[in-house]
Amino acid sequence: MFTDFLYLLRRNGLKVSLTEWMALVEGLDKNLHNASFTGFYHLCRCLLVKSEADFDAFDRTFLEYFKDVPFQQEVSQELLDWLNKPEVLTDYANWDEIQALKNMGLSEEEIEQMLKERMEEQKEEHNGGSYWVGTHGMSVFGNAGLSPRGIRVGGQSMYRRAFRVAGERKFRDFRRDNTLDTRQFQVALRHLRQYSGLVDLPPTEFDVDSTIKDTAGNGGVLKVRYKRPRENTVKVLLLMDSGGSMDYYAQLCSALFQAVSKSGHFKDLKVYYFHNCVYGRLYQDPTLLSRNSVPTDWVLSNLPGDYKLILVGDAQMAPYELMGGYYGRSGREDGPRCGMDWLRLLKGRFRHTVWLNPSPRPDWGPYWSQTYDTIAQEYPMFPLTVDGLEESMKKLLSR
Amino acid sequence: MKEFRGSQNYVASEELLRAANIAMVLQKPLLIKGEPGTGKTMLAEAISQALGRKLIIWNIKSTTKAQDGLYVYDVVQRLYDSQFGGQGVDDIEKYVKLGKLGEAFTDQEQVILLIDEIDKADLEFPNDLLWELDRMEFHIPETGRTVKANHRPVVIITSNAEKELPDAFLRRCVFHYIEFPDRELMEDIVRVHFPDIDKKLLDQVLEAFYKIRNLPQIKKKPSTSEIIDWIQALQHGGVDVRRIVKEVPYLGVLLKKNEDIDVLRRQWR
Repeated sequence: MFTDFLYLLRRNGLKVSLTEWMALVEGLDKNLHNASFTGFYHLCRCLLVKSEADFDAFDRTFLEYFKDVPFQQEVSQELLDWLNKPEVLTDYANWDEIQALKNMGLSEEEIEQMLKERMEEQKEEHNGGSYWVGTHGMSVFGNAGLSPRGIRVGGQSMYRRAFRVAGERKFRDFRRDNTLDTRQFQVALRHLRQYSGLVDLPPTEFDVDSTIKDTAGNGGVLKVRYKRPRENTVKVLLLMDSGGSMDYYAQLCSALFQAVSKSGHFKDLKVYYFHNCVYGRLYQDPTLLSRNSVPTDWVLSNLPGDYKLILVGDAQMAPYELMGGYYGRSGREDGPRCGMDWLRLLKGRFRHTVWLNPSPRPDWGPYWSQTYDTIAQEYPMFPLTVDGLEESMKKLLSR
Repeated sequence: MKEFRGSQNYVASEELLRAANIAMVLQKPLLIKGEPGTGKTMLAEAISQALGRKLIIWNIKSTTKAQDGLYVYDVVQRLYDSQFGGQGVDDIEKYVKLGKLGEAFTDQEQVILLIDEIDKADLEFPNDLLWELDRMEFHIPETGRTVKANHRPVVIITSNAEKELPDAFLRRCVFHYIEFPDRELMEDIVRVHFPDIDKKLLDQVLEAFYKIRNLPQIKKKPSTSEIIDWIQALQHGGVDVRRIVKEVPYLGVLLKKNEDIDVLRRQWR
């Protein structure tokens, strides 16, 4: 029984296990799909998919696997071909007020019933009319029509009035590789915690609940209980690129900043800004004024190595800004000579580092992707999306 | 098993009804997610009404532990009783109080158990309930008693996706995501609350409501409960129908954030 579908789902990244598959088989056995194809789709979806973020992937896989299965009302390819003519979009010449009101009064069932009848009668192309299946018309079915309600047959959704189209991917917005709002960032950031209970600390905190319970269980003779203090021990150093090519991502970066600063469960949080690449100074606000800056050396020598370092930037700059000697040369003889040296210094200092990148790797020539690749070799790089953020948090926690 | 077809006070989409029935037949917990205000909690009430079953609600808070739902052994009370010569101190059973899950198991009839906002609790919480929800039984070591469900309760779990739920837990659930109702469904929902609402008023209200919801800049989008309140305010104030879309009277009922109200003012003019 279409076991291939299970493997196709798994190949497309849906973590369907045998438990769920057996549940589906049981559901089919008990006829929970009411012997209908739509029913089968819903049964599959609510048993096999466990997050709205995966609905889109599921819809695509489902269509891919079952695309050749005839729907209850099969639409011939011929019909679809001439229905698929979206060119005359703004043509309201065929608008008919009386027909529109009439169509408004129809229920979904009535329209479906009418479609079924028409499909049997109709033998040729019809456009601009109000009875047959066709385009640009006032009938309740067809494509690019003007009727306020109806079923779309083929073509692209234009006026978004059709209420029933198989294969409309409604859940695209929930995909996890979309960049999303502060709240989702916050959820992802919650992964970044390491309770001191897990770290070996002596039990020093008085445990009221256990003391009462054990004392009472002990016939009233006092039994004092201690527990390990539980607090988040994670300290974060956040360095953000600001200005230039990053302006385009300003909103996204501010969302990340909001999420990080609001989450408030870190033991300590330090935020600095830089432009393009880290050089001799780090700035305390995104305006990059030098009176609000600290020497990078100060950060390196004062923050202990157990800070988790998160760098945010597009890693795209002219190659000489990263590797050349003009920018970032420090005053000292043995000091860093270029931006890359500074980045290596930071990496050497902090044990856990990640680079979050709001921009994909540029693919318009090696000149642009050169700095991206160089940095990606040095730092584990993740896209600044919910998925990427989660991945990077895991990376930061790994020992 | 009776089938759930929605109730007098609750309008559910076809998909939701299907998911609810699938969960009941397969005897798996039904996990409901969705935007705030889409009626996740109401669903359990509606099912309990429609099937004529008792509803037991277990509200989860950030401090709730899985143990609380099973039973609590009140050792302190027992100690007091022993010191002041209370009756039946030997009987440990007397000091074991069942939690909501225990209550649902021991009921003489099949009940509906709502575990509300499960994501509020600690990350490990759902894992701690795996066995109990799977086997519908738990053991009380203090008394040596095993509490086993007389009738498998229908378990409904809601989540606001504040925390990820563990995979092992998800695998055992039937999942449904309540989408925000579209215009047609919303019309039905409003009619349930206001059976004799003026058609013109309703059209205007829905028009304004979806226009506001579709503005991308709005941070806290108004939901079902807001539209209900808004209609109540409009009816009470006797506002001219023609003013609704143009001026959006009683805006404060719909939008709860200053920024959102400013956005709307800028967009509208």
